[in-house]
Amino acid sequence: MAAAAESVLGVFAHVDATVRALEELRAKGYHDLTVYMPVPVHQIEDVLERDRPVSRVRLFTLIGGLIGVISGFLLTIWSAMVWGITLGGKHPFSIPPYVVIAFELTILFGGIATLIGMVILGRLPRLTLSPTYDPRFTSDRFGVAVHCAPERGTSVRAILSGAGAEEVRP
Amino acid sequence: MSTVPEALPPTYADVNRDVERTLAPPGNLYFTWMCVVGLILTAGILAWTYQIWVGMGAAGKRTPQMWAMYITTFVFWIGIGNADTLISAVLYLFRAGWRTSIYRAAEAMTIFAVLTAGLFPLIHAGRMWFAYYLLPYANQRYLWPNFKSPLVWDVFAISTYLSISTVFFITGLVPDIAALRDTSTGWRRRIYGMLALGWEGADSQWRHYRRAYGLLAALATPLVLSVHSVVSWDFAMALVPGWHSTLFAPFFVNGAIFSGFAMVVVLVLPMRHFFQLHRYVTDKHLDAVAKLILITSLVLTYFYLCEIFTAWYSGDHFEKASLFWKITETYAWALWLMYFCNCISPLILFWKKARTNVVILYVVSILVLIGMWFERFNIIVPSLGHDFYPYTWGIYIPTPTDTMIVVGSFAWFFLLFLGFIKLMPSLSIVEVKEVIPPPMKDARHAGHH
Repeated sequence: MAAAAESVLGVFAHVDATVRALEELRAKGYHDLTVYMPVPVHQIEDVLERDRPVSRVRLFTLIGGLIGVISGFLLTIWSAMVWGITLGGKHPFSIPPYVVIAFELTILFGGIATLIGMVILGRLPRLTLSPTYDPRFTSDRFGVAVHCAPERGTSVRAILSGAGAEEVRP
Repeated sequence: MSTVPEALPPTYADVNRDVERTLAPPGNLYFTWMCVVGLILTAGILAWTYQIWVGMGAAGKRTPQMWAMYITTFVFWIGIGNADTLISAVLYLFRAGWRTSIYRAAEAMTIFAVLTAGLFPLIHAGRMWFAYYLLPYANQRYLWPNFKSPLVWDVFAISTYLSISTVFFITGLVPDIAALRDTSTGWRRRIYGMLALGWEGADSQWRHYRRAYGLLAALATPLVLSVHSVVSWDFAMALVPGWHSTLFAPFFVNGAIFSGFAMVVVLVLPMRHFFQLHRYVTDKHLDAVAKLILITSLVLTYFYLCEIFTAWYSGDHFEKASLFWKITETYAWALWLMYFCNCISPLILFWKKARTNVVILYVVSILVLIGMWFERFNIIVPSLGHDFYPYTWGIYIPTPTDTMIVVGSFAWFFLLFLGFIKLMPSLSIVEVKEVIPPPMKDARHAGHH
């Protein structure tokens, strides 16, 4: 959004009213929206996710998991080659027992990478909360913040209150 | 909230209010419990100190009984943790709505149980200041763990389990802590504000959060099966009669889930009573948990029969001798106690009323915990006591020192749990809301404005 942009916030008590506001805003061409939800509600998510690619968190998981499986085998095979204990004249390394280590590291690295992915993509941690945030959004209210040019503010306010917002500000 | 009739589903605001209520400053009863638990823990720590001072003889350790009580309790605590991963990962993927009310308490239980379990290899190792030898790191002494050893697999399995459970737990907590941040004041607000990482519940956060949560559940699901399988291989990879069996992995996993659900009941029922959470933990939840206890008990009974049958049908003299000795000699009382607690006592849960009767369910769960502790005892002690050669046979007798350490571990676990329920939301705010019908203007639901 440009520096001169304005953010209009509508506070909603009901899911269907929120969905109505979102549909109308999108129909009118407003796409720079932030929707606050106390809990992800699928009716709202359906509207938002319609033209969005799937979250990229899964890429983090995949890369983490692959690093895990590779490092699991590398660690075990490499250490057996360097410090191997030869028993019964057999080869110092053996793949089946190393599968256990590789499996555990796959899960470990995959899980940690998923957490990192969520934190990075969700832009966490934040030191200050955004100006449109309201503490009621973690309890029982839904919020739609529209970021638009200042001259559009009036029409956005009209859409939000027309859809049934309890409160529109500023 | 007390004006709202119980029959109505709680609203979103009710959930926030009820969870905040659980974090109110505790009363005398809570501090009395804390004192009792703290005293027992102190006794356990003193016993451990004594053991370090005197040596492992204080724990009744002499060949062939080198594993005895500590490894028994280690396996017991790892098992307790297992049920929660089933609740938080597997039941999440299956979209079982009833899990939402109990999963937070169960997840905390897992982490505390694994932390408790993690103490035992250290206590058991005697010189626990050398425990870092287990970790693979470059050193000048050419000491590297043998990755073919099940004990090293165990180190990896348990560390991964603890890490992933913690990641899962923290991820679930973030939106809930944000909710607490928004209503609390003073030092609590500052701490919750830091822990919430600036969570706002914006759609751009939720979409990554939801995807990440699903992926973590998918990653944790194989852990449900793997953790206790790896623990079972500590035994099954050895040649000791009674241990060397392919049955062990599923047998351990099932037993772990069984004991874990019993511990969930033991923790959640008092929590529901003292925090007045009857609207969230209903008879339906108790019924579901009781059914899982019943089914895992029946599967366990099948495994016990298999164990006896395979020993008898193997034609192997040592297997048969070991079994016969377990059933009839020194430790037979422990074996029969285990059969009673794990196979007979849960059968009462076939009766529908027993599944929702708080007293019956509680008593059965405690019996199950006793039975499952003795199961691990019966696997370890009698098998080691009667293996191939008569000259290595031997009896283990518990000493006050190791008994006190084991009792102390329970105190440590309950101390962590008691601390948790007063600092963190023991009921998941977000997940409970997920199963409540969302507020709609049209087709109004009763109870909504």
